[in-house]
Amino acid sequence: MIRLLEYQAKRLFKEAGVQTPEGDVARTSADAARIAAELGGPVAVKAQVPVGTRGKAGGILFADDPEEARKAARKLLGSRIRGETVRKVLVEEKLDIAEEWYVSITLDRAERRPVLLVSREGGVDIEEVPDEKIARRHLDPILGLRPFEARKAILKAGIPKEYLRDVEEVITSMYEVFEGYDAHLVEINPLVLTKGGEMVAADAVVNLDEDAANIRHPEFAEETGDFPLVELDGDIGIIANGAGLTMATVDLVKDLGGEPANFLDVGGGAYPTLIRRAILTVAELGVKVILLNIFGGITRCDEVAEGIVQALDDVDVPLVVRLVGTNEEEGHRVLREHGIDVYTELKDAVERAVELAGD
Amino acid sequence: MLDSDTRVLVQGITGRHGSFHTKLMLEYGTEIVAGVTPGRGGQEVHGVPVYDTVEEAVEEADAEASVIFVPAPHAPDAVMEAIEAKLDPIVVITEHIPAHDTMRFVELARREGIRIIGPNTPGIIVPPERVKLGIMPHQVFIEGEVAVASRSGTLTYEIVQAMTEAGLGQSLCMGLGGDQIVGTTFIDFLEYVQEDDRTEAVVLIGEIGGNAEELAAEYIAETDFPKPVVAYIAGRHAPPGKRMGHAGAIIERGRGTAESKIKAFRKAGVDVAEKPWEVPELLREYL
Repeated sequence: MIRLLEYQAKRLFKEAGVQTPEGDVARTSADAARIAAELGGPVAVKAQVPVGTRGKAGGILFADDPEEARKAARKLLGSRIRGETVRKVLVEEKLDIAEEWYVSITLDRAERRPVLLVSREGGVDIEEVPDEKIARRHLDPILGLRPFEARKAILKAGIPKEYLRDVEEVITSMYEVFEGYDAHLVEINPLVLTKGGEMVAADAVVNLDEDAANIRHPEFAEETGDFPLVELDGDIGIIANGAGLTMATVDLVKDLGGEPANFLDVGGGAYPTLIRRAILTVAELGVKVILLNIFGGITRCDEVAEGIVQALDDVDVPLVVRLVGTNEEEGHRVLREHGIDVYTELKDAVERAVELAGD
Repeated sequence: MLDSDTRVLVQGITGRHGSFHTKLMLEYGTEIVAGVTPGRGGQEVHGVPVYDTVEEAVEEADAEASVIFVPAPHAPDAVMEAIEAKLDPIVVITEHIPAHDTMRFVELARREGIRIIGPNTPGIIVPPERVKLGIMPHQVFIEGEVAVASRSGTLTYEIVQAMTEAGLGQSLCMGLGGDQIVGTTFIDFLEYVQEDDRTEAVVLIGEIGGNAEELAAEYIAETDFPKPVVAYIAGRHAPPGKRMGHAGAIIERGRGTAESKIKAFRKAGVDVAEKPWEVPELLREYL
């Protein structure tokens, strides 16, 4: 999943016809002051980090003039919010708020359909809003959003009838973004009704599908490499294939008294070069031992063994290899030829890795 | 759902994975009657005739079910072609299919009354019938009375192997798929095996993320499910908020945690194994 920054999300909404606050992105405090001067009134200075509940974490500051905006930006830029370094701030006109609503469209895994959520109680964490105050409506993924469905949800949420058509328009525009960019989530919270009667997306969240980005939206595809590495605090490096088996391996190491150093899922059909690179990557974490747990299916044990052999000369950390499944015999033969012990029972391999880390 | 006579089509049969696993499926005993790769009609793969379209494969070879190895950018089209030809079930091995595409073809299949298994699944295997539509290493499976469903391929192999070593065979094993949106859920699976005469006990293999396990637990409790169920959940020691490999495995704000899933299962009377090799021990109590 790719979480866009607020200003990127707002750009997509604006293109689709949703009104967003006047403002611009700044990378320096001088830029922030300049933008505030151009806007000519009180502004909000908002840290651009891909995390939720940023306001609570001090990521949103208000300023009455350009000098205050400069100070706010200086405070935010370079700081860390929920583990993310702030590299840009969004400087926007401060809205004159009459009401704050909530609107989102997201994937409902259980129903296997998009779901539209509307609430009159916006501006807060949606999980804090009681269930009965959120109108829900599942959408047909083939027919798409039909405007009457939006209207029914808006009325059920208790939003005043005089704004029915305006909010309907916001929702149909949001659905355009949801479908057009293959989003997992599009959210406007709050959707602000200003005292002047305008409807403005004060904050915006768009989470994209990385598989779709790779195929259809290359402008959003992230350079993630071939495998996601999650670092943990321990000293036993863990490489496995498949997210479930990798998690199970992490669980077992911990249960049997070891401390996992990482989570690395090499995925399906791992090629020799990928296995080699995975081993080198984990070795660089400074681990005491690497536990490689591969159960071949679409992945072939002979290819995995080949990758292990290719990595041997470049790592001085002991490897504990558990290798079973498709082409197992050939894989074992290759490893034995190179003097590598290979386990077939997972329990034995985990115990051995924990033992080696303890030495 | 599948038996030894089911006539199977492999879409994407000339690709690296399609070709290799066609060979393994044939070795296991699956009756693969045709393959499809657009533009490669007239060729043969391991003795199986290849056609340009699914329609031709159905007309010429009388294919009934499909297993799909087509790469992600073209996989949704392949699934829709199989739906149009009324193939059932359609097993989608392909990973990295955009979720919006999956939602559309799952909805289309639902309207036609066709079962989609996957995407991103190791497939389905029915050991008593020697039929496999998928990529699982079939040597670890033996015929028996336990039905297994899982969100994770390799973890399934791990647990099935432990069962097999303990002499507990399988009546059916289905990979539901690791994606956010999949065609067949734990509940669909439970509904099916409830009626399956060969199945005496059920194993559900889950992981953190989503609420599919919690919903399955509610279903088991509400329907007073008539067969014993054993579960295993991966990710008990996953750090909160960290991404664990795919979109289906994110801990989000306290929901979808291993803890909440284990609790839901225990509340529904399901035995939960802490380690993969404990699954056969727990099954022993019922078989």
